[in-house]
Amino acid sequence: MLTVATGNKAVAAAVKEAAPAVVAAYPITPQTEIVEQIAEYVSSGELRSQYIPVESEHSAMAACIGASVTGARTFTATSSQGLQYMHEMVNWAAGARLPIVMANVNRALGPGWNIWAEHTDAIQERDSGWLQVYVGSVQEAFDAVLMAFAIAEDERVLLPVMVNLDGFLLSHTMQPFEVARAGDFIPPLHLPHAIDPAAPGGYGTLTGPEDYFKLRWDIERSMRDSAGVIRETQERFARTFGRKYGMAEEYRCEDAEVIVVAMGTLGREAEVAVDLLRGEGIRAGSMRVRWFRPFPRLDLSGRDVVVIDRDYSFGFGGVLAGSLAAAGGARPFSVIAGLGGQEVTYEDIAGFVRERRPGEEFWFGVNGDV
Amino acid sequence: MTEIPREEYILKCTSACAGCGGTLSLRYVLKAAGRDTILVVPACCTSVIQGTYPNTAFNIPVYNVAFASAAACASGMSTALRAAGKKTHVIVYAGDGGTVDIGIQALSGAFERGTDFLYICYDNEAYGNTGMQRSGATPLGARTTTTPAGKTQPKKDLDAIVAAHKPPYMATACPAYPKDLFQKVEKALSYRGPTFIHILSPCPPGWRFSTEKTVEMGKLAVRTGMWVLYEREQGKVTINGPSKAAMVKPLPAEEYLRAQGRFGGISAEAVSRMKDDAAALAQRLQKEEKGIC
Repeated sequence: MLTVATGNKAVAAAVKEAAPAVVAAYPITPQTEIVEQIAEYVSSGELRSQYIPVESEHSAMAACIGASVTGARTFTATSSQGLQYMHEMVNWAAGARLPIVMANVNRALGPGWNIWAEHTDAIQERDSGWLQVYVGSVQEAFDAVLMAFAIAEDERVLLPVMVNLDGFLLSHTMQPFEVARAGDFIPPLHLPHAIDPAAPGGYGTLTGPEDYFKLRWDIERSMRDSAGVIRETQERFARTFGRKYGMAEEYRCEDAEVIVVAMGTLGREAEVAVDLLRGEGIRAGSMRVRWFRPFPRLDLSGRDVVVIDRDYSFGFGGVLAGSLAAAGGARPFSVIAGLGGQEVTYEDIAGFVRERRPGEEFWFGVNGDV
Repeated sequence: MTEIPREEYILKCTSACAGCGGTLSLRYVLKAAGRDTILVVPACCTSVIQGTYPNTAFNIPVYNVAFASAAACASGMSTALRAAGKKTHVIVYAGDGGTVDIGIQALSGAFERGTDFLYICYDNEAYGNTGMQRSGATPLGARTTTTPAGKTQPKKDLDAIVAAHKPPYMATACPAYPKDLFQKVEKALSYRGPTFIHILSPCPPGWRFSTEKTVEMGKLAVRTGMWVLYEREQGKVTINGPSKAAMVKPLPAEEYLRAQGRFGGISAEAVSRMKDDAAALAQRLQKEEKGIC
């Protein structure tokens, strides 16, 4: 049965299905609705979780860490400044190998104050050891949160997962979606390194270079293994609930001469642009990168590539464009668009494709028309 | 008669400095808490004292966590354990820097939320782990590496801040009085909710006194009235025996100050102000004990 709700409500509904033992969170626009809804579920008894109303995002992640290391399933949600404020603990969670799930509603960073969509907040956490997925619809937000618990808690992974959804464009946009009953889709959590007075030992003790190096490598090994776990979990999800997901979503790419690559809602907008361009006789396709960590292998060989980044790394360039160039040797036309919630329509995207200049960078709305 | 268990949770081969008041205190804390305990330790001397991976000198689970996050981490841990029906004690063991400075927001949040845990601040009145820089808990006139001419501000009143959260039990202690410390930990752990113990922890290298004088220094602090042993149980103040005696007939503060190199060159004004502050605290606590204010 379909219900109609915002992306935020869909995230909360998925959390209700996953039933974490502990939720610790702090409100921030545009994420607030998620924690309000979870607090409501807990208050009404629909969700039997402990809700810890922490005094900051740094403490939200710290409390999740303390809860998770006892072997309890944990969840939090944040956005933008909140994610930045918890940065230290975001890294700690991954280093401690705790399968915490977090929803991050992508929002620009100040100053000036800007509450609208941008990916730079989450992109800045890309090297932390968290798995990252970016969703493109309300249904996908729900499904991704459900799968995030199964993936994070898999013994081959045991790394935290961040589910990213665009501020307002998804967090506050109502769409019909199906509430899947989780049933036994997420197996019970067995944390092999749960803290236990019956087995005394030190966690996070002072660690010399030789051992520290091994622990870092172990994170990378699990990150690599996680690609297989993601595939398995998404296949199992498709068999159980009928909706298929990949590392990236390809749209009309088979015979494409030019491919638009983007993340989040821009990736969905690109699909509309592809249809428009196909109508004009341009053989366009699109790839919406869903999993940013681990980074997917995309087959872009022999095609022109237009990358739209809703993020920026100053002194370097668009991070998605740079990542693709590094991974596949592509020379993309790098478009920086949508920062701070700038409106980018499918017609704008079609324009980027028509006037593409491989190897160049273009700031939409700053550099004038393409 | 208090029986202090023979069982040791701090094993040999810690990397503590000789005469470390913080480790001596922790020895009694863990004896009182017993085996069913998890220690949460933010960055502080104890992060190093327990030894290096894969070894540990503490025969108890220790969760080491980032500097500002101990109380919040313990908050999540306690919540998860209680939800799972476990009674395991969750004890934060944090230095003064991790408590009065960088960790005070998390501490305040965890106390306001009524977290079921014991927070212990072992206070050596400076950032010991990084080599004695000033903290908010450094007393007036004390030299540290970042106050080479002596600190110009008085010690932050941590106990007043904690008391404002109205915890069911809070106390001060000092490892020079191990039985008193032991009993206070037992009492704190008998309460549900956030409890707090503030331990003055003499530090030979930081305070610049000889390593065999840790206990003597703790006793001097209490006998001069520069440190007061008291409890605040359900809001009711009790001044403990050694401090009660010191209030009747205190030793001169100079005996405590002159015994430590960190107070070398302290001005007469600073000494006078410290004496006034100590007298004011004693008077306030005596009034509270009598229920006058």
